[in-house]
Amino acid sequence: MTAYEPWNAERASQIIAEHAALEGATLPIMHAMQEAFGHVPDAAVPMIADALNLSRAEIHGCLTFYHDFRRQPAGRHVVKLCRAEACQSVGADALHADIKRELNVDWHETTADGEVTIEPVFCLGLCTCGPAALIDGKPVGALDVGKLRAALGRSH
Amino acid sequence: MADVTKIYVPRDMAALAMGADDVAAKIETVAEKSGAAIEIVRNGSRGLLWLEPMVEVETGEGRIAYGPVAASDVESLFASDFLKGGAHKLRLGKPEEIPWLAKQQRLTFARCGIIDPFSLDDYRAYGGMAGLDKALTLDAPGIVDEVKASGLRGRGGAGFPAWIKWDTVRKAEADRKYVVCNADEGDSGTFADRMLMEGDPFTLIEGMTIAGLATGATKGYIYLRSEYPQAFEALNRALVVARRRGVLGASVMNSGKPFDIEVRLGAGAYICGEETSLLESLEGKRGVVRAKPPIPALKGLFGKPTLVNNVMSFAAIPWILSHGGKAYADYGMGRSLGTLPIQLAGNVKRGGLIELAFGISLREVIEEFGGGTWSGRPVRAAQVGGPLGAYFPDKLFDTPLDYEAFAAKKGLLGHGGIVVFDDTVDLAKQARFAFEFCAAESCGKCTPCRIGATRGVETMDRVISGVQPEKNLGLVRDLCEIMTDGSLCAMGGLTPVPVMSAIDNFPEDFNTRARPSVAIAAE
Repeated sequence: MTAYEPWNAERASQIIAEHAALEGATLPIMHAMQEAFGHVPDAAVPMIADALNLSRAEIHGCLTFYHDFRRQPAGRHVVKLCRAEACQSVGADALHADIKRELNVDWHETTADGEVTIEPVFCLGLCTCGPAALIDGKPVGALDVGKLRAALGRSH
Repeated sequence: MADVTKIYVPRDMAALAMGADDVAAKIETVAEKSGAAIEIVRNGSRGLLWLEPMVEVETGEGRIAYGPVAASDVESLFASDFLKGGAHKLRLGKPEEIPWLAKQQRLTFARCGIIDPFSLDDYRAYGGMAGLDKALTLDAPGIVDEVKASGLRGRGGAGFPAWIKWDTVRKAEADRKYVVCNADEGDSGTFADRMLMEGDPFTLIEGMTIAGLATGATKGYIYLRSEYPQAFEALNRALVVARRRGVLGASVMNSGKPFDIEVRLGAGAYICGEETSLLESLEGKRGVVRAKPPIPALKGLFGKPTLVNNVMSFAAIPWILSHGGKAYADYGMGRSLGTLPIQLAGNVKRGGLIELAFGISLREVIEEFGGGTWSGRPVRAAQVGGPLGAYFPDKLFDTPLDYEAFAAKKGLLGHGGIVVFDDTVDLAKQARFAFEFCAAESCGKCTPCRIGATRGVETMDRVISGVQPEKNLGLVRDLCEIMTDGSLCAMGGLTPVPVMSAIDNFPEDFNTRARPSVAIAAE
């Protein structure tokens, strides 16, 4: 579980300023924003555009191109489940169906209680110990429903 | 002074995924309770991944391995006197004598899993820095000559002769040049780059620095996928050490030549493993593929001459320089020279990193190293070369791992990843997934890939549900031809490889009998 700061334009300006001098600073800024706020809100787009002397369209285009960047806050826990072939070969598809049924969510959705967001990921490089996942940034191999419940502190 | 026993507990992401942190913490606690003087070193993995976490203890007779160790095993390990290499059901003996490892030819991975990844002294003691030392005695053409003699071909998948790129960038005139490492290892079934960056990051740093000397580039970027948080930490930690020790900076090893490296994180886009979209992404833009020419070697990052190589290509360089290009070329077969870090994964009993000279057969890897499937069921298929690689059936398993031999069987070696499937696999479903993956990851620049992938999913859905399957399979074949011939880059161009290999090699999985109740026209 990760605690994020609430959106704060001043803090956002500070983050932008810290990275603006880098060559090709867009991605480093967006990563830093997401690390601070848990997502990159639309309010950040004109600020980044202004600082880098780029158009809002370019920043928006970049923000929406990459799977990593969220424009809305995620749940308190983010579970990235590997959907790639090596994990498929050891039953990931069936496991994912079970998990989605249990949490009553589909890909990219957050549980009704705001606790858990499920995101697909294509390969974590844990291809010998699948099904693999990153749970709140922590790698987990040989995932099953029980392990996921334990990691999330859920009893059901 | 009490003897301090060194204990190695890998911090490799695969070891962490199987509980290595808990094991290290437990060892610490139990040692403290029993008054044993220990020092825990968090090394990389040796690549025997089914044995992770594999704990090694330094004893009078060398290192003794135990694995796979769970936190709950630690008390009993101490009770069995494992600090002295005592007998235990998890005892594996000396790691270098485990046949799986002993049979390998470790050049690039010679140190991974052995040394402390952040100790430059360890690195040097095990042969590190000898390549850079040698490079500093040569002029730029002299370095490129060694790379040429080695026969090294780009390990990212395309297999392009490395020296040609190096020489092109070297000869290009510009006020600024770049060395860019493609560490966007997105192929399923591959983890060699990750293992090396986590377990022996100085090898990559040394290789890139040599490339800087050879090309006249002063700045290096490592474009790392965000799915590898441990590698990000490891690289940054190693870069700090390298700068402090004068390997990087204003004067590389006091040579007067500047070179420094920065790590940049990708953001979950598979297409950014394609070199031109990687450069767009590094420039802070959408990862949209560029048309070539101009080639990146002449007009790459920010329009400057740029050498783009994969992690495994750069990591082969220190060995090539220190032992000579000729010695490297003595490994391998045909035009595939040197060693290939093979990654054996998926539904396999003994998966991991197998570095061997090119030329071993797929069957030897899967059967002798892999020991069959993890599930215990028969092996039915192996996908080689990532999500854009072919699905091979048993009858093609005798194909040697060699770029040309794989191409001859309509497959590709790619980054050397092998994913094994047992007999429960449904190849029609896998073919559909290949299109689905392409649809999710296409950069959208060219029509065959952007639209073709989506149409492929729809058409495969019709085949799978028995709607005029023969006719629709014909459409899939047509679509594959258009994607192969008309796509700008390998994403759209190679998506047909897994699809067509599934159809051609496993026709029995493609239901060719129409279900009368759902007779809708093929569109």
